[in-house]
Amino acid sequence: MYQADIQATTTYLKELLERSTTSQGLEWLTQKMELVSSEKAKPKDFYLSFSAAPRFIGKENLHLTQQELQMADMIRSGFNPSHWSAAQAARTLLLLSLPHQDGESFFSQIETLFNTADMRELVALYAALPLLPHPELFRKRAAEGFRTNMGDVFEAVALDNPYPADYMEMDAWNNMVLKTLFVGKPLFRIYGIEKRRNAKLARILSDYAHERWAAGRTVSPELWRPVAPFIDEAILNDIKKLFTQPNELEQQAAALACAESNNPSAKELLNSHPQLKELVEEGEIAWNKIGEKNLELQ
Amino acid sequence: MNTHNLMLIDPHIHMTSRTTDDYERMRQAGIVAIIEPAFWLGQPRTEAGSFKDYFSSLVGWERFRASQFGIKHYCTIGLNSKEANNEPLAEQVMELLPLFVCKEGVVGVGEIGYDDQTPTEDKYFRAQLELAKEVNMPVQVHTPHRDKKAGTIKSMEVCLEHGIAPDMVVIDHNNEETVKDVLDRGFWAAFTIYPNSKMGNERMVEIVKKYGSERIIVNSSADWGVSDPLSVPKTASLMLERGISIEDVRKTCYQNALDSFGKSGQMHESDWLQSTSVDQREKFSDNSVLRGGQTPVVGEINTTGEPGSNIVR
Ligand SMILES: [Zn+2]
Repeated sequence: MYQADIQATTTYLKELLERSTTSQGLEWLTQKMELVSSEKAKPKDFYLSFSAAPRFIGKENLHLTQQELQMADMIRSGFNPSHWSAAQAARTLLLLSLPHQDGESFFSQIETLFNTADMRELVALYAALPLLPHPELFRKRAAEGFRTNMGDVFEAVALDNPYPADYMEMDAWNNMVLKTLFVGKPLFRIYGIEKRRNAKLARILSDYAHERWAAGRTVSPELWRPVAPFIDEAILNDIKKLFTQPNELEQQAAALACAESNNPSAKELLNSHPQLKELVEEGEIAWNKIGEKNLELQ
Repeated sequence: MNTHNLMLIDPHIHMTSRTTDDYERMRQAGIVAIIEPAFWLGQPRTEAGSFKDYFSSLVGWERFRASQFGIKHYCTIGLNSKEANNEPLAEQVMELLPLFVCKEGVVGVGEIGYDDQTPTEDKYFRAQLELAKEVNMPVQVHTPHRDKKAGTIKSMEVCLEHGIAPDMVVIDHNNEETVKDVLDRGFWAAFTIYPNSKMGNERMVEIVKKYGSERIIVNSSADWGVSDPLSVPKTASLMLERGISIEDVRKTCYQNALDSFGKSGQMHESDWLQSTSVDQREKFSDNSVLRGGQTPVVGEINTTGEPGSNIVR
């Protein structure tokens, strides 16, 4: 029922907020959290404070130290609030204050919020998914988040968020990865991208690359990251093509994909590019680096 | 139109039923911000779901659409008096309101008040005043067309009965008969310049001449009926022409709207002073205001000269 210890999460987020809001803001929030968690709370108490949060807390970005980021990961593996705002943290604290013993009523109150949320509220709600109790109830909702066309909202659910890797079914997960590429967002910010690689996804991504090539368009070098362990005879031709691309990052991706494959032909192919092979072995070429550099080029 | 390049606010206009041409001409005429009160449809909504989507569009798509023409969009959220008479439905809408009244860009509870002045209208007017009080938001009151004077006075008395300070309430659609009562009681008095009914530009000029610019606000209430989204700039221009000081024009067509609805904490002059450029390449939910082949405007809004011709060559 729990993904993260609620008490520990609450303490952590409140400490972060102390730097990004005023003491009046914190006081307001503490009061509202108490109200929301109490027996006498009405649904409207929760709804009003959830949407009013930015008025009292402000919208500043949280500035996390490296150590605080590590703490987040200890509280919930993959939890990464580095792109969060103060209001977002406050909204998450309110969500965590809701009584949750009755999973269905907890879920239905949050669903009501989702159904009437504005853009920033949606961002807060989706990014909070990995911290909420009863995570299994939110699978359909997360899939809805993948379908959005609002960029910030899609990012909140797909990037720096461990919920999809931990809870989504394969097809929904595959869809999310494909869409991330489709809307030009970085793959390296998807949590668990390695862990959730699968043969079907590899096939879908290869097809997508063919589509792009046929239309005379470029293909993100990150596309090959989930494909690597599933190189077969068909995909091998894609990798060969990659080695001939003018974009250096694509050549690097080709080398890395071969290195991660058990396919003998892929090994052979890598041997014929000794310079790249050496860079891979030295750790100079890595998926995160490729992703970051590719992002810089955009 | 000559308004000495004044910045103007139309604090009561229903853009949902207007076109992008209107937005373009409004910005050209100096309107930098607008407030869209939640309104009825012309015909009643029969399901709570229609309200939900309507409120969502006021804080979502419509705000985006305005931004694409360099206009800041705010709204007020409420159950209007006409639709308050369907009690079972009204109950459901009341449950929706807490989900919307505190959202970003919402500057008040409105437009609420009386139409037929029925007991049911009274019940939901009061319930919404309580909500406004709970969240400390301004109230935008729609005054009735029939039995206007009595309805206006009653609206104010009920506000006071609920402990709401007069400076938190904008009384709308005033005329020569109601203005004195409203100002004397310390409420904001808004006037709707509406062709053929409500208030004309010339009469408005006379009112400002007589009562000054303190707590007086001009708006258009333009909607799906025969109405004019340029009522505020046109009135501002006429006031100047008739010798009203530029300071009084600035107050009635800009500053007072900002001061009253600014009490929500959701509307600041910096909102439009700091972002004067637009980018029509942006999308909301993958939708753009542009249609195939149209060139997006990117950068500063051009407010000199006439709007572009719509003739397609
Ligand atoms: Zn109206």
